[in-house]
Amino acid sequence: MLDIATAYNKYSFLGNEFLTWLWYLIETDQDITSLINAKDPIRLDIGNSLVLENNLGDKSKERITIKGDQAGLEEGTTALKKGAWVTDINLLCTIGEDEFKFSIKGESFNLTGLKPPAMDTSASTDEIEGMVIEKTYLILKIVEVIDTLFLKYMDKRSSDDWKTKEFQAIKTWIHS
Amino acid sequence: MSLISSTHSLSRYTIEGQFDGSTMEGVREGLIQNAIPKIESEYDEIIAGWTPIESPYNPDFEGFSFLFGTYFVFSLRIDKKSIPAKLVHKQMAIEIEKKKKDTGRDMISKNEKSEIKEMVMDILMHKIPSIPNLYDVLWDYENKQLFLFSTQKAANELFETLFFKSFNHKPIRIFPYTLVEKLGRFSADQKDRILALSPLTFKQ
Repeated sequence: MLDIATAYNKYSFLGNEFLTWLWYLIETDQDITSLINAKDPIRLDIGNSLVLENNLGDKSKERITIKGDQAGLEEGTTALKKGAWVTDINLLCTIGEDEFKFSIKGESFNLTGLKPPAMDTSASTDEIEGMVIEKTYLILKIVEVIDTLFLKYMDKRSSDDWKTKEFQAIKTWIHS
Repeated sequence: MSLISSTHSLSRYTIEGQFDGSTMEGVREGLIQNAIPKIESEYDEIIAGWTPIESPYNPDFEGFSFLFGTYFVFSLRIDKKSIPAKLVHKQMAIEIEKKKKDTGRDMISKNEKSEIKEMVMDILMHKIPSIPNLYDVLWDYENKQLFLFSTQKAANELFETLFFKSFNHKPIRIFPYTLVEKLGRFSADQKDRILALSPLTFKQ
């Protein structure tokens, strides 16, 4: 295994590519449930923020942030056309009847602003154990979906037909 | 207790290691031996230690549980003294004036200024109380995964050091590379192909 700090920097692009791929899946209305053979139906939607970055070649970076519930994403696709990547995205993920909202960062996979389905938090001390277990179950559920999607992306990305199939499809979406 | 609040920020780890004896006892000992001290240190700028999630200001692991279902759940408490720069500035000005008056000089040397600053910092550090910050830890021991309810670099670094010291288990951050290495079920050939990938470009 590589040194952790080196690996973090060297492969951060895989996380950013993954988030860009998720955006492609959402915009082209792909069936995520069957893509990862999930037991419960899964739906992904873009939430209220999207951050893209573009390396300008001279060690400087251009950063495009799109925020707001009704924000248009055209600026984002324009940035993709110029070679940018999604580095942070806010997502809504529905798994069965449970809705999760969160932001995920491509390089670290840190989750921020994670809102799992609401639970009753007015319980007494005796019921804290139940709440902790329920919250853990929900967190594990969303993390499993993220991991499975990422590993699916890695599977596709390292396949022989990546360049001729998925890569071309994403390109077509970006430049359409 | 951030674990049962409505919104979370979290970073993820996979945990490597094994206890020689009972896991439960290993965790209990690690928590007790590295609990945050009950009495605040007057001079330490920063102190980190474990505390039960139900008792953040009384680190009593005998009285409060750290086992919830099959998960180990506890909090990392980081007590930090932050001296406002403006307060240092004010105290420095007062002490410098005092020094000038005592010595009958108009100026004081650079070395004397450094000594005064050191003294001021010592006094303020002694007087100012620590500010506690709590970060919940959820350890799914069976599946070797752990969630730290923080994405702050400093908290993550302190957590990693204290966790290893407490349990002799190595926490490895989950990010794209470690996900492939640790959680992916790829063949050696496929893993090699993934690790040889270079960034794509979608420019025409």
